[in-house]
Amino acid sequence: MKLLTGNDLPTGDVIWWTGNGWSRHVEDAVDVGDRGEAILHAEDGACRVNGGTIIDATMTPEGPRPAHIKDRIRALGPTVRPDLTLKPADPNAGSWVI
Amino acid sequence: MYRYDKYDQAIVDARVEEFRDQARRRLAGQMTDDQFKPLRLKNGLYLQLHAYMLRVAIPYGTLNSRQMRMLAHIARKYDRGYGHFTTRQNIQYNWIKLEEAADILAELATVEMHAIQTSGESIRNLSSDQYAGAAADEILDPRPWAELLRQATTFHPEFSYLPRKFKIAVTAADEDRAAIRLHDIGLKLVRNEAGELGFEVYIGGGMGRTPFVAPLIRPFLPADNLFSYLEAALRVWNRGGRRDNIHKQRIKILVHDLGQEEFTRQVEEEWQHILRNNSDVPRAEVDRIAAYFAPPPFETGLPDTIDRSDPDFALWVDQNVKPHKAPGYAIVNISLKPVGGIPGDASAEQIDLMADLAERYSFDELRVTHAQNIVLPHVPKRELHALWTILDEAGLATPNLDLISDIIACPGLDYCSLANARSIPVAQKIATRFADLGRQRELGELKLKISGCINACGHHHAGHIGILGVDRKGTENYQLLLGGSGAEDASLGKITGPGFNEDGIVDAVERVTDRYLALREEGERFLDTYRRVGFEPFKEAIYG
Amino acid sequence: MGDDYLRFRDDEPTEEPAVTLDAFLDQTNSSAVLLEAGEDARRLLPHLDHIRLIEVDFPRFRDGRGYSSARILREAGYTGELRATGDVLVDQMDHMRRCGFDSFAPNAPIDAAVLRASLERYEYRYQSAADDAVPVWKLRHG
Repeated sequence: MKLLTGNDLPTGDVIWWTGNGWSRHVEDAVDVGDRGEAILHAEDGACRVNGGTIIDATMTPEGPRPAHIKDRIRALGPTVRPDLTLKPADPNAGSWVI
Repeated sequence: MYRYDKYDQAIVDARVEEFRDQARRRLAGQMTDDQFKPLRLKNGLYLQLHAYMLRVAIPYGTLNSRQMRMLAHIARKYDRGYGHFTTRQNIQYNWIKLEEAADILAELATVEMHAIQTSGESIRNLSSDQYAGAAADEILDPRPWAELLRQATTFHPEFSYLPRKFKIAVTAADEDRAAIRLHDIGLKLVRNEAGELGFEVYIGGGMGRTPFVAPLIRPFLPADNLFSYLEAALRVWNRGGRRDNIHKQRIKILVHDLGQEEFTRQVEEEWQHILRNNSDVPRAEVDRIAAYFAPPPFETGLPDTIDRSDPDFALWVDQNVKPHKAPGYAIVNISLKPVGGIPGDASAEQIDLMADLAERYSFDELRVTHAQNIVLPHVPKRELHALWTILDEAGLATPNLDLISDIIACPGLDYCSLANARSIPVAQKIATRFADLGRQRELGELKLKISGCINACGHHHAGHIGILGVDRKGTENYQLLLGGSGAEDASLGKITGPGFNEDGIVDAVERVTDRYLALREEGERFLDTYRRVGFEPFKEAIYG
Repeated sequence: MGDDYLRFRDDEPTEEPAVTLDAFLDQTNSSAVLLEAGEDARRLLPHLDHIRLIEVDFPRFRDGRGYSSARILREAGYTGELRATGDVLVDQMDHMRRCGFDSFAPNAPIDAAVLRASLERYEYRYQSAADDAVPVWKLRHG
């Protein structure tokens, strides 16, 4: 599947395209198929995303899982500071990344 | 240390307002990211993996307690309670919001700090010897010259859109503690036979994709012509550097492509033109700046001995405390490399504590080193035990300066969008494998440096042992390098062979150190043994 | 040109179109020349006294070669119009003025209010350039 991701312009937060907006949680991301470029163009133009890209992912029971470890780190947070990730209380979060 | 006058303050304040307006226009959609990016980079604001990252300048690594407390305040108020000290003596915050960035810069300006030209294709922070003003082996404190260059290169209208970034380092001692030959320009303050002050000028060093040790372009440049000569070199590069391939645009490429002789000829020729501009800063201004770097009022008659009866304290003294030029004083290194910790990171509480300690024990001065540690440059020996006790309680007394667990590591893929692999977990695993202090001391001086990508922010080319993270078909992989050095005996590390996974690289490092112990002769550091026996015995140890 | 706020000279602009550097050097009766980013400004030095307009092109705003071209021309005593053309954005224009540019022909419109604010923002300059700003070190010591 193809996901759209980028950073929120004012805050820098990592965001994922949900189909009708942007979420900080990769679980909310949808497959954009081949419409990614068009969506990005509109969203970037409206300053609703900064530095947007299209990435590969696979669907898993936990939700979309980005194909590249870099994007998984973006989705969760730094592997060396679990307390600063989106799931500080989840002991298995790190293994999802790696 | 230097204090702003009304001109310095006005310039920094104006810069804050300029950036505030630029950010406003970006947030209002009046600028594309392409147009805004160089502007925010000129204020140290990157868009990184998780958020915006702000790199605050710590000019030539020197700051006082008031500034240090502001850094802690920024970490608490605008970030997530910590900062990262970098390999260029700066500090980075990883969780910054663009909409707050101008406010942060405004707060920094109240304590004479800024983030000017800390990233982008700019003339970057001047780096220097972390022991400047305290070490006995320097001919003079080099920092007044660094400050002079800082001012002269700030918002230089001709050199604000350079082919690539530009890094300058200045030292004044034979022992090179600032890796000057691995900078775009390295400057060593010297005196000629007539006793006149000048600089050895090295141009064209750097790490990254195409590492080079800088050649000596000019053996003696009169000190009064420092700035005009620098302008000449910058102009030759600004005009002649490539603009077609971002990986080939550093000045080191131009020096290499033209050859040292032709590059020197062009700089000398351009310098003759530039001299007519009378742009050099007069000695009166150097003297004005230098007055701020006069030695602090050292007490005399202080005890010169240290009570070593506390064995843990003694270990720390042996490893982290260095001789000072003033009798009764010492240079203290605070390690930010606790075993298993994140190299170079400090919590807001630790930063505040170090500010307090500087104020109390070190004439209110601290240094940041390019090895990502902190220095208290002027500590009376009689206070060392009291100081150490406080540091120890705060987890800041790891006695590992220059030992294998004193690892330089870039933030890597955990934080950086340029990275191919994570570097911090590798540093943690290696430090943990070698945690035993006795083992570390037996190995002795062993500078291990890790970069998460070829951009080499972890200076892996200059590591006695270097590790480079690469992306191997979508998985993290690590190459091992041996024999690099950032000191006056500068050399570039050599890749050993095929890479390893995360656990494999730790094992490989251990095989290298075991082989060193087996081969070394009396008094040899790892680097010395490597240089004596060569690459083959180590390659054989690694790969069998 | 029609955009007075982008021209900082009192004289009348030339109506002659700028020719390429090679064309200019090939003949003697042109007084307006366009310098591309990679071309050597010093090739114009023997001809400065009969040039009224030099355009220096910025193909991409990050390509800073034109700043050095401008400085070289002003250092050599050129007093004619020095115009920055191409991908010239408002946030670079203060530096360009300091390098000696006195007119601008940007690809995209420039907000006059933003430009005015930006040109007035810095009262003090650390270094000398092609403008008449007195560098701070000189203010300090007279």
